[in-house]
This record gives sequence, C-alpha cells and structure tokens, in this order.
Amino acid sequence: MASRTFRIWRGEQDGDGQFAEYTTDITEGMVVLDAVHQIQAESAGDLAVRWNCKAGKCGSCSAEVNGNPRLMCMTRMSDLPEDLPVTIEPMRTFPLLKDLVTDVSWNFEVKKRIRKFKPRAPDAEDGTWRMDQRDVDRVQEFRKCIECFLCQDVCHVLRDSHKHDEFVGPRFFVHAAALEMHPLDTEDRLEELKEAQGVGYCNITKCCTKVCPEHITITDNAIIPLKERVVDRFYDPVRNLFRIIGGR
Amino acid sequence: MQVAEHDVLVIGAGGAGLRAAIEASAAGVSVGLVTKSLLGKAHTVMAEGGIAAALANVDGRDDWRTHFADTMRGGQYVNNPTMAELHAREAPDRVRELEAWGAVFDRTNDQKILQRNFGGHKYPRLAHVGDRTGLEMIRTLQDHGIHLGIDVHMEWTVTRLIVDGGRVVGAFGYDREKGRFQVFRAAAVVLATGGIGRAYRVTSNSWEYTGDGHALAYEAGAELIDMEYVQFHPTGMVWPPSVRGILVTEGVRGEGGVLRNSEGQRFMFDDIPDLYKGSTAGDPEEGWRYTQGDKEARRPPELLTRDHVARCIVREIKEGRGSPHGGVFLDIAWIKEKLKDSEAHIRRKLPSMYHQFKELAGIDITSEAMEVGPTIHYVMGGVKVDGETQMSRVPGLFAAGECAGGLHGANRLGGNSLSDLLVFGKRAGEHAARFAGANPRGGASGSEDEQVEAATRDALAPLERQDGGGDGVGSYAIQSELQDLMQAKVGIVRSQAELESGLEDVLALKERSRNVSVAGNRAYNPGWHTALDLPNLLLVSEAVARAAALRKESRGAHFREDHTAKDERWGRTTLVVRKGADGEMEIEEEAVTPPREELQQIIEENR
Repeated sequence: MASRTFRIWRGEQDGDGQFAEYTTDITEGMVVLDAVHQIQAESAGDLAVRWNCKAGKCGSCSAEVNGNPRLMCMTRMSDLPEDLPVTIEPMRTFPLLKDLVTDVSWNFEVKKRIRKFKPRAPDAEDGTWRMDQRDVDRVQEFRKCIECFLCQDVCHVLRDSHKHDEFVGPRFFVHAAALEMHPLDTEDRLEELKEAQGVGYCNITKCCTKVCPEHITITDNAIIPLKERVVDRFYDPVRNLFRIIGGR
Repeated sequence: MQVAEHDVLVIGAGGAGLRAAIEASAAGVSVGLVTKSLLGKAHTVMAEGGIAAALANVDGRDDWRTHFADTMRGGQYVNNPTMAELHAREAPDRVRELEAWGAVFDRTNDQKILQRNFGGHKYPRLAHVGDRTGLEMIRTLQDHGIHLGIDVHMEWTVTRLIVDGGRVVGAFGYDREKGRFQVFRAAAVVLATGGIGRAYRVTSNSWEYTGDGHALAYEAGAELIDMEYVQFHPTGMVWPPSVRGILVTEGVRGEGGVLRNSEGQRFMFDDIPDLYKGSTAGDPEEGWRYTQGDKEARRPPELLTRDHVARCIVREIKEGRGSPHGGVFLDIAWIKEKLKDSEAHIRRKLPSMYHQFKELAGIDITSEAMEVGPTIHYVMGGVKVDGETQMSRVPGLFAAGECAGGLHGANRLGGNSLSDLLVFGKRAGEHAARFAGANPRGGASGSEDEQVEAATRDALAPLERQDGGGDGVGSYAIQSELQDLMQAKVGIVRSQAELESGLEDVLALKERSRNVSVAGNRAYNPGWHTALDLPNLLLVSEAVARAAALRKESRGAHFREDHTAKDERWGRTTLVVRKGADGEMEIEEEAVTPPREELQQIIEENR
C-alpha cells in the first residue's frame, strides 16, 4: 500500500482559498474520488465535494486534477505521476461555493432559454412516429451528454472572456444541435443561436471536445454544423440578394 | 425562517419525482420540486437496460396481460395486483409520451422503438437506448419539465414532514450550500426519494439513497410494507475494490452474455426453478438463439429472475468455484464465435459497459470476461399506498417509484423500475394535484411551529455537540459500521440468529448515533449531511431486519437458509411496519390482497 500526498483546494464563497495538504493510503484500482472520500472520512469531515454515481454516468464530480478538467470518479490514481502530489481544484469557470464544489446554476438557467422540442404531427394513427436508426445516430451521440460541464469549464469564451451573457457554451450548442438535428423536430432556433446564444464566438479551438468524458465530438459534429446553418441562413450571398430585391 | 409555498411539493427528482411534478404542473397547480443533488443526477440516470412496456414492436404476441403475469410471477404473487395491472396497462403510453417529449430510443428495422430481452420478461419488452436508457429518460423529463414553471430547489434535503390536523401540510429542510433552513408549505406532498442502498457496504446506489422517503413517511404516520425484500442485482463489478458494487447491466446477458465459474462451466443450467422450467432453454444453443430474436427458442438461464441468479452466483463462490477476486465470470466476448463483427457489435449495444470496464478495471469486454458478483440494487419494500392514487394512509401524502411498496412483490423484474417511475409518478402527480385542489391548506398553526422548532433543534444537534467535546462519534464511522453489519447479517442469505444479532447491532448503533458530532460549520458540510441521513438509514435498517426475522420462509429476494422453502401461509401474508403509540416500531401481519377474478385468470393462463 502506497501513501500519496494530495493538495486540495479549501475555501468558502467569499473568503480566500488555499491548498491544504493531505496524505492517504492508495490501494489498487482507486480513483481520485475514492481518495477524496477517504481523506474526508479520515481527516477532513467537512471537505465539500459533489458526487453521485461514481461510474461516470451522472457528471457530478467534475474538477481540475493536476490542472486537467476531469471527472474524479473516472480518473485512476495509477494514471497520475507517482512522484508528484496530486492537485485537485474546483472548476475555475464557475463561482466557488466551497472547496471542490462550484455554483453551476448558470447552466440550468441557460438551458431554459433554448426552445424546447417541438415534434411534427405523428406519422401513424396511433400517435407514434417512425424514424430510421441511421437518422437518429448523430442525435444519439449528442444525447450521451452527462452535463458534467467540463466543456463549459475549458471554453475560453467563458473561462477567460466571461461572455456568460452572450454565449451559451459548448454544452448548450450540443443541446441545441440535438434538437435541431432531431428528425421529428420542427422548431427554428437559428436566429437565437446567432444572436442571443453567440455561436459565432466559438473559434473552433476544440478544447471542449478534448475534455468530454463521453467522447462527444462537440466541435465537429455539433458546433460547426450549427455555424454552417447560421451562415447559410443569414450570410448566404444569393439569399441576401433575394432579401434586398424582396425588400426584406 | 424562509418559507416556500406550493400546492404540491415533490421530494426527489429522479424519474418518479420529475414525472409527478410534470403531471401536477400540467393540472394547473403550483409545484415545488426538491432534490438532494443537482437536477438530472438522481439514480435514474444510472439505469441501463431499458423501460419495460408491452409495446409489441419486436414480438407481436406481447400485450399488457403477459406483462402483468410476468410481473406477478417475478414478484412471487405477493404484489399489489391493482398496481401490477395499472403498470402493465399504462407503461406503453408512458413510453410513447417520452418520444413525444424528445426521447430518442433505438429503432427497429421498421423504424419503431426497439425492445430487448430481459430477465423474467417473456417477450422482448425493454425500450432502450444502448445501455444508457436512464440517462435518456431523466434528461427527457428534465428538459420537458424545465419549461413548465416548476420551482426546482436544487441541493435541498428534507428532514421532516409537517403534519397537522390529520394531514400533511408541508416539510422542513436544509440547503447544502449554506445550511439554511426552510419550511416548504404545501397542500400535498409526493415522496419520490428512491431506495435504501447506502445501508449496505456493496451497493450500486449513490450517497443519496438513505431511505429518506421511507423514514419521512414512517415518522409522519404512514405504513411501510415488504421491507424484507431487498434486491441484490446479480452482476455488480467486484474488482478493483474501489468500484465494487457498480452495476453491470442485465443487458449484457440479454445480448448473449453468459455466466461461467472458474471451471468454465455455465452453472446457471444446474438449477432452474420449477416456475420457470417450461420457459428456459434446454441447452446453450437454444439460449443463444433466444437472445438473437428466435421466437421459437426459450430464454437462457442467465435471464432467470435476479434473486435466483444472485443466489446461484453466491453458491458458486461459496463452493470454491469463484473468480480470482471473489465473483464469477460474465462473458460477452465469446459471441465472436457466432458473430463476424462481434467487437463493433458489443461496443454499439453496450457502450457504457465497454467504457466502464475499460476505464475503471482496464478490461476490454470485447475480448475478455468480466468479473461480477451480487450488489445491493433496489428495495421492493416501501410506503404502503393506494394502488390507484398512490396516497398513503396520511391524507395528502403520496409516494411513487422505489420508495413506494407493492408493485414488485418479493422481487422486481429488470426494466419494471423505469416503467414504475413513469406510470406511478404520473398517477401520484395527478392525484396530489387533485387533492391539493380539493383540500387547500390553512394558515400555520401552533403545532406546525413546534414541529419546525423540533426539526431545527434536531438538525443543529450534531454540530453543537462538537463544542460539547467528550465522547462524540463521527457520522462516517457510524454509517460505515452500519453498512458492514447489514451486509454481513441482513444480506443475501439470511438466518434467524444472524438477523436477530443484526437487529441488536442496529439498535445499539442507533443509541450511539444519538451522540454523533461533526466538525465544521453549516456550509456544504458532507460530515453534517451524513449525520442527518443517519436516522433514516438506521430506521430502514431496523425495518428490514425486523421484517426479515419475522418471515420464516424463502420468497423472492428474501432467502432464509434456515427456511429454504416457500410457505403457503406466508404467501398470503404481507408485513406492515409502523410507528407504534409508544414510539417503538411495530410490525403487523396483513393478508395479501388477492387479484380479482379476471386477473387471476390471466395469471393461470400464463403459468
């Protein structure tokens, strides 16, 4: 059994935070979240950490481990360098509540602003629809999202430029794409994506795609197609010509 | 004291809570939804296999009658027949409704919702999305619900219901962020808090599942039934130690996965219960054909009910034929002998299992066998409710989903949980809204104030004891001791002596827990939260141990090594737990409600 050192961010909402050092024993197969729980039980009963499923399915235990945005429950201790302390910090893009827990409520507010699913009339008399598996594959990729908000955490438009009021972030472009590309959906979200939701701010650095624990190809499959749809609608020269002639 | 006012308060935001909130809101009343976690993180998100509903998309012979009969057989005929009937009849509409709200299920070749085989279900019945059906379901309900004007109280925990004038009038709780207290005034309350898994060491449940709804209802004067029936899912991960208990979906077996012992033998063929002899495959080849959709073939023994499969696994381990880390082998990789493109097939059908084993255990399930063993997964027991309205015997107090009892009898079939949440979540929401409309609550009374004061005192006590110094015990330590003793003495194979000793231990821990003290302040303090969950965990543990010690037979998930057979008298008996006039727990035997004649006939036809 090897003993390892952890540097864990401790701090409350309005106070100054700092790293505190803890040491705990690591056994085979342990993940970072196990170590945090062990430290909690041994020496830091009030260490705040958010978690639920411990199996990478709920997206609650997002944090920055050795500077990398990760789910703590899916980060194995054996994958981290053994000769260095393990550093665990909260997600830096969201306001701190306490220790490793951040206030992610902004994400829940943003989602409400995206128009909900609006299906076409049912295809069959019994009120059901027909869809081909091939036509739902790409939507199913987006619907794997577990809302861990790690993509929001690394997006520089939010993290560095703080455009929270003008830009909804990769998570919600994935959400919008899942709706826009849903074979049954009839709603139109393009104008809002362009204006209020700021899809244009994304400059395709693909940081979000790199950190997605569900391996959703956020930039290529969700954001770029949305950008293309916006461009087709609003910046297409032929369409613009018609618009000018038509006086619209 | 902050006060929130709603017509209907829903406690718990998993599948049942969300569905109840949606229905109540659609009925035009104001709705508050309280959740211990963030929205969309409840245990429903982990459900893998699917939603059982007789849509008959894959096999046209399926209908609600067969689903009803399968549910009753799985539950060993002690289910609430009204609930089993409504569940089977209404599940298909509830699934179709999810599609109308944006859910994207896997498709059949003729573009309908695809259904898969599961243990105890006669026909392929589980509507699913790969092995992440729960995520699809909770996200669909969440994304639909957020546009309905429901007030969501995220990261709030209710510690007490407020009862006045013979009815429920609200609840008291704290928020995790700052430890603020709040009174939730409401004319009706729906409990949808899920299970009790945290009472055990090896569990697929997260920290939230501490029997809150069970305990809240009990303390408010409602009754609990069937508490002796605790489901062990046969296949949880066993290695590495830190992931012990995490679920491995039954879908692995539905897709052709087989169980083998250390001698390479498919031991499930060795012991097939009489109830299932006629419907189980005669040899491995027939079993394989069944998993691949051959309608003439009978199902492989790996798809027998969960209680039975779990016990067979325990037998293999006990008799020395287990895997290196104390489980047995679950092998899906073998299908490469049958399918050309098996690796891609497995990854498509079981993506999150592939992911989970790859990342947590370093095992590639497309080429290696998994090691699995039983894990506490679900409690069949719960609040005794009216089968149609889901109201308990406390007026205005409703319960739905895992924290309600009755639907599943002595053993739940896989897939019947998600459908339970939808069918009875909707019913609870509908009837709670109706109750609230007909019975608005009056102003706050003196009794209400006293209850709030008492709840405040109780909530602060563990923090205040830290200043008192002395012999305070930590909340984590008590919880951990409880988990070990429940696992060892009130577990999968039970005996009178162990159950009685287990009960004594629980009661002793209960005494010690009165002295629990925690460090830190009220802001996001998990030690404090754990302390406040303890009374609930201890209460449900006591109920499970007491009921299990009383039921001297083996039935469904309740297996007694000192009474291994089923007993006819016990088969007609339900155990009802309630708080006695002296404040102590009492248990009464009550007659099981027999199905009405038409339903009995359906059962006979499907025997």
